[in-house]
Amino acid sequence: MPKLNLNRVEMPRQEPKKRGKNFQEVAMGYTPGMAKEEALRCIQCPKRPCMTGCPVMVDIPDFVKALSEGNLPEAVKALKRKNALPGICGRVCPQETQCEAVCTLAKKGAPVAIGRLERFVADWERTSKPETSPAPETPPAPPSGKKVAVVGSGPAGLTAAADLAKLGHAVTMFEALHVPGGVLMYGIPEFRLPKEIVRNEVDYVASLGVDIRLDSVVGKLATLDELLGDGFHAVFLGTGAGLPMFMNIPGENLNGIYSANEFLTRVNLMKAYLFPQYDTPVKIGKKVSVIGAGNVAMDSARCALRLGAEEVNIVYRRSREEMPARKEELENAEEEGIEFKLLTNPKRFIGNDKNWVTALECYQMELGEPDASGRRRPVVKPGSEFIMETDVVIVALGTTPNPLIAQTSKGLETTHHGTVVADEVTGRTKKPGVWAGGDIVTGAATVISAMGAGKRAAADIDKYLRS
Amino acid sequence: MYKILEREDLTSNVHAYRIEAPAVARKARPGQFVVIRVDENGERIPLTIADWDEQEGSVTVAVQEVGTTTHRLAELKTGDAIANFVGPLGLPTEIEHYGTVVCVAGGFAVAVVYPIARALRQAGNKVISILGARNKSLLFWEDELRSVSDELIVTTDDGSYGRKGLVTEPLKELISVDKKVDRVIAIGPSIMMKFCALTSKPFGVKTVVSLNPIMVDGTGMCGCCRVSVGGVTRFACVDGPDFDGHQVDWDLLLARQRTYIDEEKLSFEQWLQKHAAAVK
Ligand SMILES: Cc1cc2nc3c(=O)[nH]c(=O)nc-3n(C[C@H](O)[C@H](O)[C@H](O)COP(=O)(O)OP(=O)(O)OC[C@H]3O[C@@H](n4cnc5c(N)ncnc54)[C@H](O)[C@@H]3O)c2cc1C
Ligand SMILES: Cc1cc2nc3c(=O)[nH]c(=O)nc-3n(C[C@H](O)[C@H](O)[C@H](O)COP(=O)(O)OP(=O)(O)OC[C@H]3O[C@@H](n4cnc5c(N)ncnc54)[C@H](O)[C@@H]3O)c2cc1C
Ligand code: SF4
Ligand code: SF4
Ligand code: FES
Repeated sequence: MPKLNLNRVEMPRQEPKKRGKNFQEVAMGYTPGMAKEEALRCIQCPKRPCMTGCPVMVDIPDFVKALSEGNLPEAVKALKRKNALPGICGRVCPQETQCEAVCTLAKKGAPVAIGRLERFVADWERTSKPETSPAPETPPAPPSGKKVAVVGSGPAGLTAAADLAKLGHAVTMFEALHVPGGVLMYGIPEFRLPKEIVRNEVDYVASLGVDIRLDSVVGKLATLDELLGDGFHAVFLGTGAGLPMFMNIPGENLNGIYSANEFLTRVNLMKAYLFPQYDTPVKIGKKVSVIGAGNVAMDSARCALRLGAEEVNIVYRRSREEMPARKEELENAEEEGIEFKLLTNPKRFIGNDKNWVTALECYQMELGEPDASGRRRPVVKPGSEFIMETDVVIVALGTTPNPLIAQTSKGLETTHHGTVVADEVTGRTKKPGVWAGGDIVTGAATVISAMGAGKRAAADIDKYLRS
Repeated sequence: MYKILEREDLTSNVHAYRIEAPAVARKARPGQFVVIRVDENGERIPLTIADWDEQEGSVTVAVQEVGTTTHRLAELKTGDAIANFVGPLGLPTEIEHYGTVVCVAGGFAVAVVYPIARALRQAGNKVISILGARNKSLLFWEDELRSVSDELIVTTDDGSYGRKGLVTEPLKELISVDKKVDRVIAIGPSIMMKFCALTSKPFGVKTVVSLNPIMVDGTGMCGCCRVSVGGVTRFACVDGPDFDGHQVDWDLLLARQRTYIDEEKLSFEQWLQKHAAAVK
């Protein structure tokens, strides 16, 4: 057996001091030399364990091998066989809990940097000239004469639309916002996922013949039954989990208290970071408090910092171990100077006579017995209340699906969490002719799982349309 | 892009735009609104649907110039286009046979009250409308509103037309003297709606108001539009915009509407400079 190389090639990143002041991408990507060096570390395990960690089963050893041989067109081909959006997944997949977690080299603490390699290959394809890109593997199927409505243009909708179009169906994609891409556009900030990459993927989907209708709120403009009666043979719902949760504690409607959705939408989608060149404002706090510790909280905190906040605190009721954010993003946030107030939970918000938030009153917490999620449950330390000054608060406690469509259509079963009930494999809902996938079914999850659901639903819709 | 089929100046600073939006026109109902964006750099702002024509595929909005976006809109003419036009959003105004309904319209809101009064009349109600403005030059659509009302009372703050005074005075008379009012619908500036609600509250006459908090998406996704009604937080864009005026926390609404006054001022000053340069 050849000697294992356990030196994972680091990816260059912008200096923390500098990047804390701009919205440019933090991670700068491998050079061709670095990519090849990292790819050569893969030992091409015959059993391909890494693939089982990927929700869409990317042929990891194949694309890594092609890359290690310097055959980039072949690497693109192998990668895109299973993943239509590698430039996005390479950047935002939680690789450390998916593909890289089960890489053989992970046992030695140095898994192959699959995500970074994926990103490198995708970026190479995007920036190299079209004539060097490989031709699509399979030509599009002849028109089937069937019409499908895809609702929502996030990763689930984009994937389903692309697959259905390739299979020869006429696809119309309805998007409520004025920009397609879902959370990829309005939620995840530029410094983690440049919007040009998302636009590129959307253009690709449009190039397949998908008719993208923006400014179109399904449920308002047309109900599901109206779509089905209006010539659509099937509907795929990929409307995500966009309804923000609040804490329901006193003072939550004070000025300066945002849901993460509102804050990130103002900053990313409406480009408030370029105000007043762009018309949409956002409050730039001096002392910003972000409640929660998931990816959404990290993104909010790091946006607030980049807008010019002097101090940004993450307020989280559990301890470091339980934080749901990706490790890499947590470290990035820490390096940039975000502070963590752990085992801390707000009791109420305090405001001034102009209704502006001025402080949080918090409890100190301690960890008790494990709860249903297996994590130790935080409990209030009696008499531990203390005051934390703040002038902007961002509540990032999670989201649930928007009830708009379920409310306006009969026969769509939902759970008490508001998620739509759909078959795990096929995405079929209880309503005939309607499929669903992504965050609308699972609740807030990941880009790659939403894509996987879109893919599986597209395959099942195709089967249904042809039977 | 959504084409402006016609722009009409209703007063010196209120303009009506008939906009090509066939899909919205097919579904519009009284009391619903749209969210528009003028261009790529623009903010998303909500505007109530004033009228629609399914045949023509058009929706009309009436807009009062207040800040950057509404002034940018005022620069556009018939034949121009705006970047985005989303709707119909929010729940329609409840229209039933109530008996006698008083519709109060403050300022530019006459355009919003008009389709509601029309629908109420069609549902068999006796409609008494009160139209109020600061002065005569700010009044428009008086005849339109009269044509869908059994009775119309016009007030101006300075007495330059109609009755001198605020809309709350005839409202109070109608409720207290006639005592036959079954419902009040009051739409206009928040402060006017607040005082209409305060006027009718002692008499227990249900008063519906159309709330206008700051919004972003208008689909329930951001929570920017939260208002407190009966002590419960509601999202005005999906749970409203109509609410029971007696239950609304008006002070909270008024305070939240002022969230960005510093930024709005800065943005508007910048617009004024650009505009002045362009006019030169
Ligand atoms: C700030 C943030 C950071 C994240 N970071 C990561 C990360 O690092 N890695 C990761 O894997 N995942 C991350 N996620 C999660 C990930 O983005 C989501 O799981 C994923 O986007 C879900 O995809 P989706 O297609 O189901 O829905 P979405 O991306 O939510 O897209 C749904 C689309 O449907 C539209 N829509 C909603 N209702 C209607 C309607 N009635 N009519 C028409 N259109 C409608 C919405 O406007 C939206 O565009 C993050 C999420 C957020 C919010
Ligand atoms: C449901 C609803 C229906 C409305 N219908 C109409 C209408 O039919 N005609 C009309 O002229 N106006 C209407 N408005 C008010 C209109 O949206 C504001 O006048 C407009 O947004 C002001 O934008 P601006 O940039 O010109 O002014 P700015 O200087 O930005 O703001 C002036 C004031 O308008 C309010 N405002 C600012 N931004 C928003 C926003 N994004 N959403 C809501 N309010 C905001 C604030 O209270 C602010 O202080 C409605 C508002 C709501 C919520
Ligand atoms: S798509 Fe995500 S999980 Fe799958 S191989 Fe790529 S980075 Fe790993
Ligand atoms: S498990 Fe790791 S080393 Fe093995 S083939 Fe996959 S990427 Fe290469
Ligand atoms: S405007 Fe965003 S939730 Fe109402």
